[in-house]
Amino acid sequence: MLIFEQSMPGRRAVAQAPLDEGAFPDIPEAFLRQRPAALPEVSEMQVVRHYTRLSQKNFSIDTQFYPLGSCTMKYNPRGANTLAMLPGFLSRHPEAPPSHSQGFLACMHELQEILKEVTGMRAVSLSPAAGAQGEFAGVAMIRAYHDARGDHARSEILVPDAAHGTNPATAVMCGYKVREIPTRRDGDVDVEALRGVIGPQTAGIMLTNPSTLGVFERRIEEIAALVHAAGGLLYYDGANLNAILGKVRPGDMGFDVIHVNLHKTFSTPHGGGGPGAGPVGVSERLVPYLPVPLVARDGDAYRWLLEEDCPESIGRLSAFAGNAGVLLRAYVYARMIGREGMARIAEYSALNANYMQAQLRKAGFDAAYPARRASHEFIITLRRQAKRLGVSTMDFAKRLLDHGVHAPTTYFPLLVPECLLIEPTETEDKATLDGFVEAMAVILEEAERDPERVRDAPHTLPVRRLDDVRAARELDLAWRPGADT
Amino acid sequence: MSNLPTELKYARSHEWVRAEGGDLVSVGISDHAQELLGDLVFVELPEVGAGVDAGSECAVVESVKAASDVYSPVTGEVVEVNEALADAPETINDSPYEDGWMFKVRLSDPAELEGLLDAAAYSEVIESE
Repeated sequence: MLIFEQSMPGRRAVAQAPLDEGAFPDIPEAFLRQRPAALPEVSEMQVVRHYTRLSQKNFSIDTQFYPLGSCTMKYNPRGANTLAMLPGFLSRHPEAPPSHSQGFLACMHELQEILKEVTGMRAVSLSPAAGAQGEFAGVAMIRAYHDARGDHARSEILVPDAAHGTNPATAVMCGYKVREIPTRRDGDVDVEALRGVIGPQTAGIMLTNPSTLGVFERRIEEIAALVHAAGGLLYYDGANLNAILGKVRPGDMGFDVIHVNLHKTFSTPHGGGGPGAGPVGVSERLVPYLPVPLVARDGDAYRWLLEEDCPESIGRLSAFAGNAGVLLRAYVYARMIGREGMARIAEYSALNANYMQAQLRKAGFDAAYPARRASHEFIITLRRQAKRLGVSTMDFAKRLLDHGVHAPTTYFPLLVPECLLIEPTETEDKATLDGFVEAMAVILEEAERDPERVRDAPHTLPVRRLDDVRAARELDLAWRPGADT
Repeated sequence: MSNLPTELKYARSHEWVRAEGGDLVSVGISDHAQELLGDLVFVELPEVGAGVDAGSECAVVESVKAASDVYSPVTGEVVEVNEALADAPETINDSPYEDGWMFKVRLSDPAELEGLLDAAAYSEVIESE
């Protein structure tokens, strides 16, 4: 029920009401409302109960196992929240002069340095406010680099067919044509096909490594050499950085630009609108184009580097310096984890994924790439079960909700039919992983015995199966008084 | 098992082609393709008059599961599109080979049809996936 539907004319939260109605002499008459806004008229207690009930319906990493593949839904340590919310940080005005912001700037500078070190890049800008904006900044820098050299003939970005949909979308946003590279049956990029399409029109390639198929791209050095020899640049999508953190560095693989999803790898809050943070790192040749502001250190003093300091910068991506509160949380997390901790993240996230994959195979499920070791995530395909029992991957996913687990990513990557992309992360213990495998086994057994029960799931949540087809076809986002509900 | 009319030609990328007489063909997606995609909620069609190359992207079908490019199986000029799909994308689910046709192409080279798969060969492609 919407809070609007609880509205009763004249009901108010008296204790919260302003002392007077307020007058706004500075606002021109033409911009003032003619009628009061159609707000719900409810009591204070109704508001508290309404939002508390809603919050109890959350499925979140704080309440449930959340193995959403390619999303790295790991625990967000409370310590990072506490420190990022110190009064000095919370009260700092974004326009405060650098002399009053030395502590904050020092944290941002150190975070730049930590990200440089762990990704092997030459310089980092923290300003992109999300992964998609980081991608945009990355490809905009590739374009700026070619343009600065007068190399205007480069019109194509290469993207493997296993890529996140954001990659081709970003390339198109930056004015490039997308050329898809096929994937081999073993999960690697088809290097021979790549050879065939690479040329003087190639601006760059966008790769995720490990790929969205949950396997490491084994011929990455060869791919990097090919792209560089043709004059193109390599973009690293940081979606799966968790798998290699502290072990292998994209800079060492030959990448020229990378975005890091701090809300994934560096454990800042994720989902439900974030906000995210997608810092970008670059190799030597792209340093002049980094988005501003950056933080510089002169001796013991820190200062912003702005447009006048970086005349070739692609510019600003937001009014201030990115999502400061998120960057602070990531900084605290990185400092808590430390260099050794980062390597342990890669080890345990890969161990957990491989353990789960092995256990699920024992329980009768098919791995999409059984010959390959999983990275930090893996794919199982329910194609066989779907054919035989008429129970789809979506049905399994919905039934998992009844078992108290957030469903893994479904039907992505598109290359694998009836797939679940499962990413346990390093923060889950063995009992939780075993619980998931057990739930899958129970659902499989149920699908044999009573497939209807699985097809009708979920049964125990506040809402049953939603009609997502009707929702997409008859999109209706605005509540109106008197609308049928 | 999905329905595969034997009078049609098929592409590996799951489109079908029907010879409509002369150098005209109609194109749609196979029953297997619509089944994999699930309930369609959006269809984007090519422009009438547009030139298409065999293997090039020329339309988009979107379901609640996925958005997928549709590739033209043939080379030529688009002469008609199925406007009714804009308001009723589910037609492709209900009738992939008849009412759910997507666009018609005037072929540059009618011999191109011989390079496409027949129902038996396409059936093997589906099985091997």
